[in-house]
Amino acid sequence: MAKYIGKRLIYMVITLALIATFTFFLMKILPGSPVASADKLSPEQRAVVEARYGLDKPLPVQYFDYMFGLVQGDLGISINQFKGADVTDVILSRMGPSAQIGFQGMVLGTVLGILLGMIAALRQNTWIDYTSTFVAIVGISIPSFVFASLLQYWFGLKWDLFPVALWKDGFMSSVLPSVALAMFPLATAARFIRTEMIEVLGSDYITLAKAKGASGSEIAFKHAFRNALIPLITVLGPMAVAILTGSLVVEQIFAIPGIGEQFVKSIMVNDFAIIMGTTIFFSVFLIVIILLVDILYGVIDPRIRLSGGKN
Amino acid sequence: MKNSKIFWLLSLVLVLSAFLAACGGDDEKETGTDKTDGNETAGEPDAEQVLNLMESAEIPTMDISLAEDAVAFNIFNNVNEGLFRLNKENVAEPALADGEPTVSEDGLTYTFKLRDSNWSDGTPVTANDFVYSWQRSIDPATGSPYGAYMMAGSIVNATEIAAGEMEPTELAVTAVDDNTLEVQLERPVPYFMSLMSFPTFYPQNEAFISEKGDAYASNSDNLIFNGPFTLTDWDGTGLTWKMQKNPEYWDAETVKLETINWDVVKEPATAVNLYNSGEKDRAGLAGEFARQYANDENLVTDLEPTLFYFKLNQERKGEKNALENVHIRKAIAQGFNKQDLVDVVLANGSLPANYLVPTEFSFDENNADFRDVNGDLIEFNAEEAAEHWAMGLEELGVEEVTLEILGGDTETAKNMDAYLKDQLETNLEGLTINLKAVPFGVRLELDEAQDYDIQTAGWGPDYQDPMTFIDLFVTGSAQNKMSYSNSEYDALVESAKGELATDAAGRWEAMAKAEKILLADDAAIAPIYQRGAMALQQPYVNDIIKHPFGGDFSYKWAYISGK
Repeated sequence: MAKYIGKRLIYMVITLALIATFTFFLMKILPGSPVASADKLSPEQRAVVEARYGLDKPLPVQYFDYMFGLVQGDLGISINQFKGADVTDVILSRMGPSAQIGFQGMVLGTVLGILLGMIAALRQNTWIDYTSTFVAIVGISIPSFVFASLLQYWFGLKWDLFPVALWKDGFMSSVLPSVALAMFPLATAARFIRTEMIEVLGSDYITLAKAKGASGSEIAFKHAFRNALIPLITVLGPMAVAILTGSLVVEQIFAIPGIGEQFVKSIMVNDFAIIMGTTIFFSVFLIVIILLVDILYGVIDPRIRLSGGKN
Repeated sequence: MKNSKIFWLLSLVLVLSAFLAACGGDDEKETGTDKTDGNETAGEPDAEQVLNLMESAEIPTMDISLAEDAVAFNIFNNVNEGLFRLNKENVAEPALADGEPTVSEDGLTYTFKLRDSNWSDGTPVTANDFVYSWQRSIDPATGSPYGAYMMAGSIVNATEIAAGEMEPTELAVTAVDDNTLEVQLERPVPYFMSLMSFPTFYPQNEAFISEKGDAYASNSDNLIFNGPFTLTDWDGTGLTWKMQKNPEYWDAETVKLETINWDVVKEPATAVNLYNSGEKDRAGLAGEFARQYANDENLVTDLEPTLFYFKLNQERKGEKNALENVHIRKAIAQGFNKQDLVDVVLANGSLPANYLVPTEFSFDENNADFRDVNGDLIEFNAEEAAEHWAMGLEELGVEEVTLEILGGDTETAKNMDAYLKDQLETNLEGLTINLKAVPFGVRLELDEAQDYDIQTAGWGPDYQDPMTFIDLFVTGSAQNKMSYSNSEYDALVESAKGELATDAAGRWEAMAKAEKILLADDAAIAPIYQRGAMALQQPYVNDIIKHPFGGDFSYKWAYISGK
């Protein structure tokens, strides 16, 4: 196990380096300049501004400078979005709200999704099942920003149950964005659990349990559910991705001071250091999640051998 | 350089209209349509004077020397102040200056007396604060985007200092004593007073800035103010801040608002929802929303000094084309219905433009709008257009002409260009228009290479004077990538900048004549529309003043009545 994790950590670093490299060069071919009013500056003035952020150096030099800083944990300085601010500080100051709605959305989505999937499986081919399938399809096919807009309009504006937007009322402000983000995990979890439960419920050991006289709920929770849970773990990674990408728009719609909405802006204004810093931050987050999922997978289901070798 | 500026402005315009316009933060208009009348009959101010506004983007910086964006300029205009300020009628009036300055006969030396006024910490604002501020902004080491842009070519030695050839201390601005500031100009600048209302020319507090060091301007605790309000509760990267009435402001008794609560809302729909929920007092309306609320009783329209027009290229990549013929150009300039365009296609409060210098932008000594002086110069007229078209075709000896319209690739730009194509093809027989929609970086390149027939372009002002528009198309200028040349027009622009610089009336006349030649005689460009922006504003909000230059709005006179 330790060897496996060690190996994965090395892969992680390589992946990150590749992501940073690709992002760096992709970003540099974006049209536009990070010096917002570059056209207003005399060539000398522009040179001064560019030199201040190292933009005057040849691209490879800029790249190695950046990577060298990165290795030392220096994400650079924001060029125009928050002039002169340390990118690490910007990310830290914006992390809280993103983490809160992301976590709440994930938990809410998976818990509700599991419940929905279980009920659907236990009541297979009834209206409950069909409703649950319908919810799952809706949840997967409709993007979170549509949910966000609908929730804002109805639950915020029309029925006045939650704040329309802004991050001012503590937990209440986080409810609608979390629900909007929860839709995808909810739908995914419901679909997976239903399929797995139905498969497990038809397997021999369930028949045996029934024959032994185990009660319905005992079969459902103790035997079927636990086995059906395993494949769900595999989709935690994609779910986290969905939450992240969803957060880019959901945060903007609810005007939440999170990383996502700030990331979108940084791309539009060519703030290189912020784009890089945020991309790397998101990448680290995802890679760690995927690693945890893989480790968890082996822990929960002993049949899966992580290292792939012999015993 | 100038040429790319047009695109910079156009992009700003497009970005704003596409993403940000609906945000809000913006405010009241004084464009004279009857829609604002309801506000002017408002009663006494309420006991509680709190205004809730939205902004479309974060504050990138609160350092006056480094600022270059609309959000920061709008804040500076309300939490700081310079020698002059644009008043409710958008005419520059003395602010920190104690009355009008003494100007030498040659128009090159300005002596300002300062009124007694204080920084928000109670220390006095002195002439030295101006000297320090201007020197800081022109010093190349500061990297100020606007310093050289605003000063070079106007203030003596600014160009050389920006180029690193002289020391910042050699800038020709001196504190004669604590209350007297003297400025030497390289050439007479007839619009110098309005320039003094621009944030780059505000004073900065040297003692405060050196004391704070790197922390200066990093959040609202590390800032100092001298305007109607102070900025508070801004953490440097957040989406929220406040403005509080500044008790140290010299004209504090005019200021009625106690607090303005600001939140950044980037999503147009969210801004409208927050307005409708009553949490916010004003919300900008972008695109679809403008249409949806077109008949709302609380709709207000801001007219902006940004003009959109066709550039008519007479020589594509070195080859003369049909647009070289003045009748063909006039036919195109008169061949599309601008009123329908702004009413139906744009539907955002824009005005049809029959001129180059926008309306409600620049005023003469008697506060008369330049637009009222020079009037409409080239209007939609299908019959005249057809006549010109026929004459043009005859002179050229052809029966059909195919032209390309180069435009932006945003939804608004595409809709507009499709409409204009349809109009021109209907009104001008034998004309075929091909549309080419490209991203704006590409259009910049095509313009530079003069590789287009007709181009939809836009321009916003660099200073509050007709000249910022009038001189765009002189022979060989960076915007004139269309081979237009008229020596009479060039001479008028030249004289308005030179010998007429100190003769206000003569200068105004020369500019009016130049505009006439450009449009009525030569149809060098075909004006399309002057941009407007719509917003919803609660009827209890009064006297938010929209400016055509510098910070977008003033809240100094705003108040709540009847909430």
